Order: sequence, then structure tokens, then C-alpha cells
Amino acid sequence: MSVLVLVEHAGGVFKKKSLEAVQYAANIAKGMNTTVTAVAVGNADNAAMQELGQYGANKVLHTTDARLNDFNSRAYTKVMVAAAHKEGAKVIVGLHDTVGKAVSPRLAARLKAGLVAGAVSYPDLSKGFVVKKNVFSGKAFAFVNITSDAKVITLMPNTYPVVKGEGSATVDNLDVSFEDKDFSVKTVEVSKASGSVPLSEAELVVSGGRGLKGPENWYVIEALATELGAALACSRPVADSHWRPHNEHVGQTGGTIRPNLYIAVGISGAIQHLAGVNGSKTIVVINKDPEAPFFKAADYGVLGDAMEIVPKLTEAVKKFKGN
Amino acid sequence: MKILVCICPVPDTTTKVAFSDNNTNFNTQGVTFIINPWDEWYAIVRALELKEAGAATDVHFITVGKADAEPVIRKALALGGDEAIRIDTDSNDTYAVAAQIAEYAKAGGYDLVLCGKESIDYNNGSVPAMIAELLDMNYIGFATKIDVAGTAVTTKREIEGGEETDSCSLPLVISCQKGVAEARIPNMRGIMAARTKPLKVVAPAAIDALSTIVSYELPPAKSGVKMISADNMDELVQLLHTEAKVI
Repeated sequence: MSVLVLVEHAGGVFKKKSLEAVQYAANIAKGMNTTVTAVAVGNADNAAMQELGQYGANKVLHTTDARLNDFNSRAYTKVMVAAAHKEGAKVIVGLHDTVGKAVSPRLAARLKAGLVAGAVSYPDLSKGFVVKKNVFSGKAFAFVNITSDAKVITLMPNTYPVVKGEGSATVDNLDVSFEDKDFSVKTVEVSKASGSVPLSEAELVVSGGRGLKGPENWYVIEALATELGAALACSRPVADSHWRPHNEHVGQTGGTIRPNLYIAVGISGAIQHLAGVNGSKTIVVINKDPEAPFFKAADYGVLGDAMEIVPKLTEAVKKFKGN
Repeated sequence: MKILVCICPVPDTTTKVAFSDNNTNFNTQGVTFIINPWDEWYAIVRALELKEAGAATDVHFITVGKADAEPVIRKALALGGDEAIRIDTDSNDTYAVAAQIAEYAKAGGYDLVLCGKESIDYNNGSVPAMIAELLDMNYIGFATKIDVAGTAVTTKREIEGGEETDSCSLPLVISCQKGVAEARIPNMRGIMAARTKPLKVVAPAAIDALSTIVSYELPPAKSGVKMISADNMDELVQLLHTEAKVI
């Protein structure tokens, strides 16, 4: 009956968002009076798997196969189905990221489990199994009741702060009999931006809009982001004009993010943009137009020219970090 | 190659969202519905391009919805495509929607199913992968490029912090995003032709929803912006540290 959680690692080390997912599963398990079993796929580090106990995992089921190094949603789904059967799991947690969004729906369809994709709360068990999620791209929330026996949730990363505790998880091998078709998607090439923080996982984000007037002025944004250790984002006109790559576009037709800090520079705050970022915990708006609608959605505002203000802010951050 | 493109009517991106009946229903009064942008700009256009290039023989559109979805389907047909299918039921449950589409697609002999990466109303992004599972097909999520040569498919797709190139063969389900194609505007000939293209209305299969939306909530209003003088960035940094506690 334990709560199952799929954990993701890079080079054997578990990502912070996976630790958050383990902790989330542990909190659900507590309410259901049961344990947490994490499922790790591929070459995960043994000590790292045991350390998942510090975030609430009682057990880790580990499946290795050389062919698992390429991501295949079929193979991952098969692992999760095997783990669910072995543990008799009725509640299965994944992350609302590119891996979880491919595996969790397959798993839900296979188990005929209701799915809440992009949860931003723990399930309310007093009213059934009611989970809060973003809808209308952040313009509202819905409370969704899963009515099936089995339940699948993908957690929106950066929903809860991760707190390290005590404990060690036991690690068991999980044998899964694969077929060739489970590996029929072949990865030809992977290119990753090195050194930078992926936008979806970033706690701090600096974002630029049309107010910056051109890509040649982006250096002020980049300097601030570097000083803060923040990821870069942009508004839709900026991505459409090819000033910045489209994967930096946040808003209703771009990415939805919920960092701790979102600094919007030269972005007026159209309703479509706000939809993608209004889950941010703190919003700072820098704009020269006092009528910019973004000020109404901001916690802190600075009125004036971005090219003057942003370097001053960068200097202030540098001074603060130096202390 | 037969292509099925899944389309979803959604509220226009400028919609101010409101709820009625004690926050249990989305208030559609005065709301304009459009084709979900990821379906319209990328999945539909790439399907049409593949047909124009001779790689596809048929392009069909499918949606799960009641009769009020038909204007949106006609808009899709104005862009191109051979026929549209409307499964005559409505649901907010991802499984119910995916299972209806899969049920229809099974008999249709489709080689490629294209979807947008998610709908801008319920933001689940789960229907494409569910269809893949229910049809026992491969799945590529968040594609930014799709090339088809015979039955061999090469895709680029977004992964965490980067991009990946994959190869696999038909049949296949792909969810599409920016990069896959460039948005098109229907021309007058397309709009005229759309009026007479077949729009099949299909009775739904007996499929139960596995979840229901109990209620909605609007995000809490911000308590008001604190304006900081442009000459006082030290104060802003201090506030972010001591008050907001984010740095």
C-alpha cells in the first residue's frame, strides 16, 4: 500500500526537485498511515539512494539496464507498473517535468488511475482525494478530486521547500522484463546548456521584455542574473523577434514558472505573460511606464530606465554578497 | 501515412477568467473560444506541411466536445485538412478525453497522432502520452522539430535544460511546441472550402471519468506594490533579503 515516487537523477545524483517529490510523497504517506517507496531507474548511486531516507523514503526500488540510459516513456512506465504491483501502491507521485509528463499519463492510463498533473498542494483526504492545481495557465486554481482507486499525481517543482531530515532508505533491486519495443525510441544526440540553471528548476529568475529595445542590451540582464545565480527568461515578443531563444519564453504560450524571485525588466505585464509567472513568490518589476499593468501584480516596483537601474541593482547585489 | 491531429477549443488568451455557481463552474459568458495555440500553430501546420510534401495522404482533426465546439473545428478545417471528427461528449478528465480519442483512432488506422504540448485551459499536457499508451504506440513529448522519411521519424525535443534528437519509427504520438512549424493564417479559399468539408459527429464510447473538478479559486490578489526609488537599489536588495527572504 506504500506511496510510490519516481525519482530522477543526473549522473547518479538526485535532483533537488526529486528530493521535493520524495518529501511530498512522505507527507501523503503519513496521512495514509503508510510508507514511501522511491523508484530509481538507471545508474543511480547507491549512497545517494540510501540518502533519500533523509527526505522520507523508507525503501528504494532500483532498476538498471544499459538500455535505460536513453529515456523511453514505455520502459519507464513498465518499471513503474512493476513497482506499483510489487508494493500494492495506490498513490503514485511523479514530477511535472519532461520526464514525469511523459511517464505519469502512460502509467495512469495503464492502471486506470485518475491523474492530477501539476499539483501545487497535498491531497485533502478529508474530502476524498482533492488536489489543487494550476489551470488557465496560472490565471486560476482548480481543486480536482480523483475518484478512481489508483491515483497518480505530478508535482509542480518548487512547490514546497525541501527540508533534510534523518533516516536511511533500504535499496532493493527491481527486476523488470523488458521487450525490444520498450526501447524503440533511440536517442541520437543530447545537447545541454552547460553551467546555466534550467529555467523550470530555477529559484531566482531575471526576465527581459521589449523595454530593453534590442538583444544588444541583454548584457545588463545577464550581468544581474550572473550576480544572483539566476536563470534568464523573456516575454513573448522578445522570443518572437528572436532576440532570445524560445525556451526562455515564459507566459501562457511559453513556460509556466514559479520561482521564489521573479525580476521583470521592461515587461509591461500583459495578461498572457502574468499567467505564466504569477505563481512566483516575490515579483520585482522594473519599468519606465508608471501605468504598466505589471506593477499591480508586483511586490516591489522600480520606476525608471532599465539600462540605468539594472546595473545599479547588480552593483547592490554584488555589495550585499560581499558582506 | 494517415495523420490524426487532436485539437482542443480553449478560451482566448486575453480571457479574464471568472467562475459561477459558487466557484464550481468556469463562466463562459462573453468568452471567445479559439483553437488551443499549440495545436493550431504547430501540430496542425506540421501535419499540413507533411501532406503538402507528399509524406502524408490524409490529415484528420479530432476533438472531444459538444456542438458549441464546431466553429473552432471549422477554423481548423479552414487551415487545411481533409475531414474533422467531433466526439459528442465533454469532460475535464484527461483519461476520459484521451480514451475517447484512442477509441476512435484504433479503428482509423492512423500512423501519426499529433497534439499540442498542452492545452492552455487545464494545462495537463497529459492527453498525448495517454493516447500513446492506450494505442500501444511510442511517444515523443515537447517536439521542436519533426522530420518523416517513409516510416522513419527524426525529432528534436526539449529535455530538462537542453535538447535531444531522437529517432524512431511509425506509428507514433508526438506533442508539439514552438519550432515544429510556423503559424499560418487561413485564406478566403480555405475558409470557403471548410464549410463543405466533412465534419463527422461520433457518439462517445462508454468511458468513465476518473476525476472531477470540485471547485475553482482565483489567485490571491497582491497586497500592493512597494515602490523603491531608482537611486536606492541597496534598499531593494535589503528588502528582498529581510522581508521577502528570497536572497
